[in-house]
Amino acid sequence: MSKVQQEAIKERSMVLQKDMLAKQFTELSMAKELGKKVVYTFVPGNLTELILSFDLLPVYPEINALQSGMRKKSAAYIRDAEKIGFSEDVCTYVKCDIGMMLNGNIGPTGEKLPEPDLLLLSYTGCFTFMKWFENLERLYPGVPVAMLHTPYQEDGKITQDQVDYMVKQLKEEVIPKMEMVSGKKFDMDRLSSMLEKSAKSEDLLVKVLQSAKRVPSPIDAYFAGVYYIGPIFTAFRGTDEAVEYYQELWNEVQERMAAGLGPVTPEGELKEEKFRLVMEGPPNWTNFREFWKIFYDMGAVIVASTYTKVGGTYDTGFRHDPSQPLESLAKYCMGCYTNMNLPQRIDLIENYVKEYKADGFLINSIKSCNSFSAGQLMIMREIEKRAGIPVGFIESDLVDPRYFSYANIKNRLESYFQMLEQRKIILAQQ
Amino acid sequence: MNRLDQILDYCDTTAFDLHFTGAKKWKAEDASRVLVGYLPIYFPREVIHAANGMAVGIMGSGDRKQIIKGDAYYQSYICHLPRGVIEMGLDDNLKGFDGFIFPAICDCIRNLSGMFRVAKKGKFSRYFDYPQNFKTHIGGDFYREEILKVLDDIKDINGIKPDKEALNKSIGLYNINRRLIERIYDIRQTYPWRLSAVETYHVIRAGLAMTVEEHNSILEEVVSIIEKNERGEPMDNIRVVVSGSFCEQPPIGLIKSVEMAGCYIVDDDFMLGSRWIQGDIDDKTDDPIEAIVQAYLNQSTFSSAVYDVGNPKGKRLVELVKKRKADGVIFSAASFCDPALLDRPEMQKECDAAGIPHINFQYHENTGQFKVIKEQAGTFSDSIKLWA
Ligand code: SF4
Ligand code: SF4
Repeated sequence: MSKVQQEAIKERSMVLQKDMLAKQFTELSMAKELGKKVVYTFVPGNLTELILSFDLLPVYPEINALQSGMRKKSAAYIRDAEKIGFSEDVCTYVKCDIGMMLNGNIGPTGEKLPEPDLLLLSYTGCFTFMKWFENLERLYPGVPVAMLHTPYQEDGKITQDQVDYMVKQLKEEVIPKMEMVSGKKFDMDRLSSMLEKSAKSEDLLVKVLQSAKRVPSPIDAYFAGVYYIGPIFTAFRGTDEAVEYYQELWNEVQERMAAGLGPVTPEGELKEEKFRLVMEGPPNWTNFREFWKIFYDMGAVIVASTYTKVGGTYDTGFRHDPSQPLESLAKYCMGCYTNMNLPQRIDLIENYVKEYKADGFLINSIKSCNSFSAGQLMIMREIEKRAGIPVGFIESDLVDPRYFSYANIKNRLESYFQMLEQRKIILAQQ
Repeated sequence: MNRLDQILDYCDTTAFDLHFTGAKKWKAEDASRVLVGYLPIYFPREVIHAANGMAVGIMGSGDRKQIIKGDAYYQSYICHLPRGVIEMGLDDNLKGFDGFIFPAICDCIRNLSGMFRVAKKGKFSRYFDYPQNFKTHIGGDFYREEILKVLDDIKDINGIKPDKEALNKSIGLYNINRRLIERIYDIRQTYPWRLSAVETYHVIRAGLAMTVEEHNSILEEVVSIIEKNERGEPMDNIRVVVSGSFCEQPPIGLIKSVEMAGCYIVDDDFMLGSRWIQGDIDDKTDDPIEAIVQAYLNQSTFSSAVYDVGNPKGKRLVELVKKRKADGVIFSAASFCDPALLDRPEMQKECDAAGIPHINFQYHENTGQFKVIKEQAGTFSDSIKLWA
């Protein structure tokens, strides 16, 4: 296959995703004219299929915050939230979102986002979500709030009583509110058929992510990974478009594998894979490209990451199950990465290191996010002990540029890569 | 030393004994006794008591312990409390505890529960989730399971599964405990000089590290003394409610500074867990666990750890200020405490709407400098006196 053909195919999944997003935001901007009702909700443990089964449109404040970060708008938004009393110390996603609302709620495409008709607080894996929605509830007085409390996997497993608790909440709290807002009756068959499509997309996503087990890896499972998870973590899980997108993406990855090619990056294709890393923690969005480039320049590929599991841990086997729709939604919510206890997180990372033949383990610790960050230093020690590979630690923030120091991060990473290099030499000599 | 001073001295020592000597001595007296450490804020201690155990509050190491290892486990932008607790866990402080409970309050405490599991501390360590759904057959059922899991943990250790009578008896003892603590706050509402805020703090915090029976008898004595006898002198102070210090505790120097700056603290959320349930829990029931569940669902105080839609905390704070006839609110939260700090803007807004003046500051449990806080509280007090 010629290079030109590869480029054309490579771009198709990106184009598809871009089109999907453009359509979604246009629909959102016209929601009121189209008579569509809007639900604000979170990414981890989201109930996208359920929302879509009522023909409601989901909005994810975290995605807006992330986009604001990428578009260099977050600094001003955060400042505005701090002006009205939010402390410098708290989660910057929340402040960025509140700042965006204070500035007219203009979404990533420059169009105004519609106000919510329902606030669906799927409180999974992060306590701050609850605080975030209490604030949203006050910004939109009178808008109904549906709370879905997701119990934590404190014992390292999902128990039947937890599933029952969630299913009851779905039946008696969430679904009735969706029925009320949408004016439609809940349709279990429709939900089931969407979950079938979810599972198809999930199968394909897992294939894509696991392609990184190959040496050299055809993908970057962190920087590019955040694009791969986009549709399935947000408004498209359970749709035909998502299945089409993941089919296309998987085709491209297979072609890259067949051709022995490395990951595609904004700087071009990575020619030589020098280091394979497992990464823990979310990325920085304000300087995303610069951040990625540091790794590109060093020939480092992220072969597995935990961040790409915040919206579901499909690679460990979970699939939405059309035969048990509500139970499977409950299990999905409880299975998200930040809802797993610390020992489970450590085991998962240890397995990644082994299965993906990683040379090193790196943590990008996010100032904003206690859900991820509290305990990461212990994770680091444990992985070092158990996997015997060099571990590295850098700090930044999701959307507050004040906490991204390029020089600092670059210095740290350079010394880390030197360490990996030396280890490789020593291992080669043995 | 008079009797009250003796009691206060004992409470001060017990409250800040980071080796929990008294509690460990109690356990050593009987092989079937279990010692369970729990973190802020609330935990239904009744159930542990009924199973021949003692639930000991672990409120951090404050400014009483040098943190060396703990800092290597936590980034600079995470609050101080968990680093002190992990330090205590890695040192000898918590040796002899059978298990640990981490009530759901935030992701730091949640993840700390996992760190205790990884470090293999205690025979069990459990994150104890509270329902954020307040319907009996939904959140209530879930909460019951949470309680039963802890009871199973204890049964695995001492073989005791408390019966109805034992549970009712324990509930009764904690009802007395809650009543006496509220009585102290009520007396202080009229006579705040009779027991200073720091003394009150010591008396209540000491109760986290001794049996409820002993604590009740101490509280009874304190109440009977301050109820009848004048002590201290009324000052021209303003009256404040302190809000936001429910988990990581402010250093004693901070509480003292606020008082010395001319503010009587007439209510606070320092030891919120001990005052969580408002009013009595039914102690003459066939299903005591259900009574504890119902109390949580329907009698909980307001807190940053609980989803409050329908009964917002800002409004409840304003009600508390009115009930205590306070002149203002001091928002005092641990640095990097997401739950407290994310609630603050809204609570301040409610205070503004009700015309209640307020100031705010942040602290670490081991903050050593209070000059700025004292000045701020002093200016606050002066301004209220001037404009009152
Ligand atoms: S604390 Fe972390 S998971 Fe929670 S809202 Fe903030 S960034 Fe998201
Ligand atoms: S002080 Fe706040 S952030 Fe820290 S553990 Fe307590 S509740 Fe969590």
